[in-house]
Amino acid sequence: MEVFVQTLVAGVLKGGLYALIGIGMTLIMGVMGIINLAHGQMMMVAMYLTYVLFHYLGIDPYMALFVSMPSLFLLGMFIQRFLLNPLMKVESILPENQVLMTVGIAMVLTEIARFIFTSNYLSVQTSYSTKAWYVGEISFSAALCVAFAFAALLSAGLFGFLVKTDLGRSIRAVSQDNEAAQLMGIDSERIKIITMGIGAALVAAAGTLLLPIYYLFPDIGGPFTRKAFVITILGGLGSTVGAIFGGVTLGLAEAFGATYIGMDYEDMVGLIIFILVLLFLPGGFKRLTKV
Amino acid sequence: MLQVDGIDVCYGDLQVLWDVSLRVGAGEIVVLLGANGAGKTTTIKTVSSLLKPAKGTVTFQGTRLDAVPSHKIIEYGVAHVPEGRRLFPDMTVEENLMVGSLRGEAKSRRSRTMDWVFEIFPRLKERRRQPAGTLSGGEQQMAAIGRGLMSLPKLLMFDEPSLGLSPILVADIFRIVELINKQGMTVLLVEQNVKHTLNMCDRAYVLENGRVALSGTGREFLDNDHVKEAYLGI
Repeated sequence: MEVFVQTLVAGVLKGGLYALIGIGMTLIMGVMGIINLAHGQMMMVAMYLTYVLFHYLGIDPYMALFVSMPSLFLLGMFIQRFLLNPLMKVESILPENQVLMTVGIAMVLTEIARFIFTSNYLSVQTSYSTKAWYVGEISFSAALCVAFAFAALLSAGLFGFLVKTDLGRSIRAVSQDNEAAQLMGIDSERIKIITMGIGAALVAAAGTLLLPIYYLFPDIGGPFTRKAFVITILGGLGSTVGAIFGGVTLGLAEAFGATYIGMDYEDMVGLIIFILVLLFLPGGFKRLTKV
Repeated sequence: MLQVDGIDVCYGDLQVLWDVSLRVGAGEIVVLLGANGAGKTTTIKTVSSLLKPAKGTVTFQGTRLDAVPSHKIIEYGVAHVPEGRRLFPDMTVEENLMVGSLRGEAKSRRSRTMDWVFEIFPRLKERRRQPAGTLSGGEQQMAAIGRGLMSLPKLLMFDEPSLGLSPILVADIFRIVELINKQGMTVLLVEQNVKHTLNMCDRAYVLENGRVALSGTGREFLDNDHVKEAYLGI
């Protein structure tokens, strides 16, 4: 029973971070209509940024959030403005083909990281990296708990922004009907640029929060892009609430897979759930939550 | 007020409008009639700058609208209620109305305009917290018109507002179009519902195969043999 509860706790905490990764991707999916296959690589950039700040300047990763999020916000806006938006103006390029551009961006980001930092594994050792709190026999990793709290805060903030502000409503309007949004006076290109920035900033937060308990190398982006993709599909493409469910589901699936089947099968369990959802609930959790 | 001068419009290589000209004066209700595929929607989409004319100009109160990006059109006082309502389905009625008033003066007068819209459509007030996608067809049309009104336009363009509605609702919608016009807004109406619209409009144009085939006052049209035969079935 203790093992079960411990696994549950670990899964949910990790799921919170996954949700943060997934929300960014699903937001971009909703507005742009494409999957951003450079999502994990953007996270990788944020992780290296956090590493540099910690290693050379001694800045705590949680403080580094205030650098990594704005930086990635700008990087995301730059990518959308100068690399993706110009593609949309060429009529002979199908919008779906922008996905190929994101694959290219992912490769470039990875190789730049390899060029600067080599392929060596890096990590950030903080005083709280291995600290844990105990409730009875159940341990709560301090870093994961803080990460979970930040993830919850950022998600709540994002929801408030999307529901309560004109800019947030404009983002939702573009994702629901681009042409009608333009007729209402919304500059959809500008909205796309901002949305890509927000998505990048969210995944940057996830990367920075993950660094104290994870290791870092240039190719780390790929697996996280795949995870983000799985979360987005689990949640139902473009649904932010669904992405939270998707993230927690993937976190739980991986945790239970690791505990009860074996560490090596962690990713497999996640992907099996993915296939099951595709087969039996093709719309993802959006079909259940309707949001 | 609105002047469309000799526009040609193409979708890729396919030309759908040839030398279309029309004029809407301040305070008028002008109707654009025609069968499916005649180019009515294309014409007002060009006015909204969603499509660019290959030739010709669109001028509104001295401004060349064809040179303005589509998201800026609303700032010049032109609102377009699109065909098929095109509400934001997952947003509430209230949010849809808010998105209608994002720019300039309309934004600062948002709550007052919304009260006015709820006065015209009491039904929308009852449904204000409901997602727009769950409304009935008639209610959706009301919400779409309301959303257009929220920008406080000088010219309001409707693309087939009666499409798919029951006859009672159609009469309702046209009554409201007339009411809006009496409150000082100029109306450009695209319709297939000939009988209703000819009775209420000041002037009308008929599009056939992408060209203006006829133009005149509503009265002249009702007496015109060609219109009677082709559109009224008399």
